[in-house]
Amino acid sequence: MKKILFISRHSPYGTSQAREALEALLAAAVYGQDTQVLFMDDGVFQLVNNQNSATIDQKSLGASLPALPLYDVEKIYVHSESLRNRGISANELVLDSVQIIDSQAVSRLLAQQDQLLSF
Amino acid sequence: MSTLHTVNKSPFSHTALNSCLTVCGPDDGVILLEDGVYGAMASAPSHTQLKEILARGIRVYALKPDVDARGIGEKLMAEVELADYEKFVQLSVQHRCVQSWY
Repeated sequence: MKKILFISRHSPYGTSQAREALEALLAAAVYGQDTQVLFMDDGVFQLVNNQNSATIDQKSLGASLPALPLYDVEKIYVHSESLRNRGISANELVLDSVQIIDSQAVSRLLAQQDQLLSF
Repeated sequence: MSTLHTVNKSPFSHTALNSCLTVCGPDDGVILLEDGVYGAMASAPSHTQLKEILARGIRVYALKPDVDARGIGEKLMAEVELADYEKFVQLSVQHRCVQSWY
């Protein structure tokens, strides 16, 4: 089984990258790979609660993310500095099972993977 | 070697290089390409951070065709090595994973 880390670094609605990352992530998980995800930079905006994307006629990404553990994606990492720089605290996230990690831990996480996929 | 980081955005208008350098590990390499080559300039906002990475022994490359195309060859930091496409391919296979910062 391959260790695959999805790195999602873009905000949810400005481009389709965040949505595509989620779809690819769920597909990989269905195929039984050791699938993990890291949210960093503007990617942390995907996790903000109270998203109401109906106002721009788009499906809510925030509402989809809590499905990750159901697909056996249980290792969900969030870069602490990215949260801090954007003034987002841990209790404002749509997922409560995330691991918030600093830059050094991100560095170690990358070094452990067989494959990195960046979105 | 563990991860080859590719950066293709200018540090004058994007944070991709900054993020890359923040999480770059000891066995990693960095290659700047497309507009990413502006990050090798001595005047770049990421200059100090790049110096620190180089001091830690991490090698940093800039893709020569992209440097030449932009006419910035004379303005680059001396420690940044120039790589041709062949070298880029070699680096890609020498590292276990490739992470694209864009």
